[in-house]
Amino acid sequence: MTINLETPKKFKVLSEQAHTVAQEVLRPISRHYDRAEHAYPKELDMLASLIDGMNESGSTLGAGASGVKSSASTETQNRNGSNMSSAIGVMETCWGDVGLVLSMPRQGLGNAAIAAVANEEQLLRYEGSWAAMAITEPESGSDSASIRTTAILDGDEYVLNGEKIYVTAGERAELVVVWATLDPKQGRAAIKSFVVERSNPGMILDRLEHKLGIRASDTAAFRLENCRVPKEDLLGTPEIDMKRSFAGVMKTFDNTRPLVAAMAVGVAQASLDRTRELLTEAGIEVDYDRPAHSQPAAAAALLELESDLEAARLMMMEAAWMADNSKPNSLHASMSKAKAGRVGVDISLRCVELCGSLGYDESELLEKWARDAKILDIFEGTQQIQQLIIARLLLKKTSADLR
Amino acid sequence: MALADKGMALSLRALNRIAGSDLLDRIGLRDQTEKAVYEATRNGFRAAGAAGRTFSRVSRSGKPARLPNAPRKDLFDLTPSDEQGMMRESIGEFALKRMRPAASDADSVCAAPPELLGQANDLGITMLGVPEEHGGAVEERSAVTSALITEALGRGDMGIALAALSPAAVSTAIGLWGDSGQQATYLPEFTGESVPAAALAIQEPRALFDPFVLSTTAVRKDDGFELSGIKSLVARGADSELFVVAAALDDRPALFIVEPNTKGVLVESEPAMGVRAAATANLKLDRAKLPAEALLGEADPEIYADCIRLGRIAWSALAVGTCQAVLDYVIPYVNERIAFGEPISNRQAVAFMVADIGTELEGMRLVMLRAASRVDQGLDFGREANLARRLCASRGMQIGSNGVQLLGGHGYIKEHPVERWYRDLRGAGIMEGALLV
Repeated sequence: MTINLETPKKFKVLSEQAHTVAQEVLRPISRHYDRAEHAYPKELDMLASLIDGMNESGSTLGAGASGVKSSASTETQNRNGSNMSSAIGVMETCWGDVGLVLSMPRQGLGNAAIAAVANEEQLLRYEGSWAAMAITEPESGSDSASIRTTAILDGDEYVLNGEKIYVTAGERAELVVVWATLDPKQGRAAIKSFVVERSNPGMILDRLEHKLGIRASDTAAFRLENCRVPKEDLLGTPEIDMKRSFAGVMKTFDNTRPLVAAMAVGVAQASLDRTRELLTEAGIEVDYDRPAHSQPAAAAALLELESDLEAARLMMMEAAWMADNSKPNSLHASMSKAKAGRVGVDISLRCVELCGSLGYDESELLEKWARDAKILDIFEGTQQIQQLIIARLLLKKTSADLR
Repeated sequence: MALADKGMALSLRALNRIAGSDLLDRIGLRDQTEKAVYEATRNGFRAAGAAGRTFSRVSRSGKPARLPNAPRKDLFDLTPSDEQGMMRESIGEFALKRMRPAASDADSVCAAPPELLGQANDLGITMLGVPEEHGGAVEERSAVTSALITEALGRGDMGIALAALSPAAVSTAIGLWGDSGQQATYLPEFTGESVPAAALAIQEPRALFDPFVLSTTAVRKDDGFELSGIKSLVARGADSELFVVAAALDDRPALFIVEPNTKGVLVESEPAMGVRAAATANLKLDRAKLPAEALLGEADPEIYADCIRLGRIAWSALAVGTCQAVLDYVIPYVNERIAFGEPISNRQAVAFMVADIGTELEGMRLVMLRAASRVDQGLDFGREANLARRLCASRGMQIGSNGVQLLGGHGYIKEHPVERWYRDLRGAGIMEGALLV
């Protein structure tokens, strides 16, 4: 045991491959799909096959994170496993384009939910499918315990009714993991997730949203009208267990939040790297030994931004490392998401400011990254939801005390 | 004895020295040397070295002793070694049970209790950077170990921690960069029963101070050097028995070993906003004549840069410890303080501030630890050290300020420690040198 915060050598190849993918495949088409919102990025199909191959080694480059799961290992030896490699892969690919990464076939956030809560039989059955995640409703955002979509058992099928919005990759995915309640009167314990085939006639695509950023990624709104789902497609157990159920569903987030943090770190790193190049052309170089105050304001600003990015990146690594080593990481997952979400926005916006019109116009990708970054402080739990979670854990408060 | 056994014996010796519970429980056994009384206001320079000892010069040629770095590991890991864990725990206990209760008085009188400093020495903190052949007790040099210990002491009290660690900065500097004569002359004193007060003086009193552009100068003379200039915020300046001073030699910064009884070495108390328990002082060098052997590290610019970088990591570690103290303190306070019929922590405006303290603290700690772990692995660490410093100056100060804010009016009065932490944390982002990991 030695304290070491360097990226392990064994992930160096993965990290470099991911960076190359970002540089050579994603960056060249980044602006095109930002302008052509809702157009399918066909270039990703080939890339996805390549990534499938890499996934067999337990890592992933996509958002979906089939690789992230709670390790059941009871080994006492230090592990750097698939949670960490996934975070590194996601960070590097998002350095290329986060919107495209969110559109990567078979790497949807729904895949992470399946990986986290599905039983063995289900894992096998859904293997190789692309799964989106449908939680949010028009009247239920961060307050996911109050969702109104219902699932009523009828014979061998559940019948789903309700409305779902903000479904990332909802149009393109093959499966959609839908959150619905078995009994609205029983609160959060009755909330279950169901795997719905995208081709199910009861799931009707309402519209695709027009967004501030991540425009390469489709964001769908659905209506569920008597949508019949075989009962084997309920993830986990159908019992309404007051203690465990909702916690089980929420557990997905402990694994995916470090990945969203990784996305934010990747975008912020892209902004910072490009800004540094442009500032170098403008005659500004950071001297890491001299105090910030004896350097030009722009260099001092870079130092400041870089320090926050370093903190966010290491917190993401810590949360992933804890998951790899079966250490409870709810607190650290939320902290990493909170920190990365807000510094992702701060850094990318500040970079636009530092680069002036080059930052603001569409000749560079800086303005795009600043638009993309904002979603990362919102989805998978907003900044404020993370603060709530962190505060409740630190202060030992229930959700009734601290609302 | 096989090499492995020898290593084991050495490390057990260190642990024994550091974790021995009888040491922790012992108070005030040592007769202190006559101690200069700190003046809480400035009243002019006077000769330094009032309580000084004489170091008998040992001339020795040959290679200086150096502690090897800890072996490099590949996997990302945040678990300290068993030995580090035990040191952190025992020093942490000393910090919370001994230093914290003494902190308020030490702050008012601008002096750390001598018995506390003696106990800190007994814990072996000045021995960590000292090679084995000069009496050191660890088999490897580890900046991470120093950082963990510094953080633990900072959680007790930043001012007393600075006073306690100040001699360790000097022993570490001589252990890392001293030649064999300098090591043989000075290091044994730092591992003996009576560790000298000592200080590493880098800071100078001017706005926009840059440690790489010094006003203090060293001029070559036939038989040595002549130093002139003023150093500021020198920990335990009045009673220090040895200084390591930064001065520009041929327009490049260099380090010099200065014995305070040298003619032209003067001190004046310099009480500051915070870290007052460290009895900070101005150190004036008025054409102080030093022998040729006073030059430390052969004026190598990389050595000087490392000195500044290691200092920044140490200050970041202290800041992390103090920020942890803030978090530890505000949690029960906001949970118990009732307003509008319920604990104020039931309000998001209060609870989110606590959440942000926890989040930013975690980031500061990891950035600081990465810098320290890079030192141990022989990697460049200047960038990482400066990033840790930036975070402490910005986020650390924010935590200090929010600590006071969460207590409201109660935070502003001296019945609670948060106002002291507010003052101390401002210093952590400013100070150069004084400490090393």
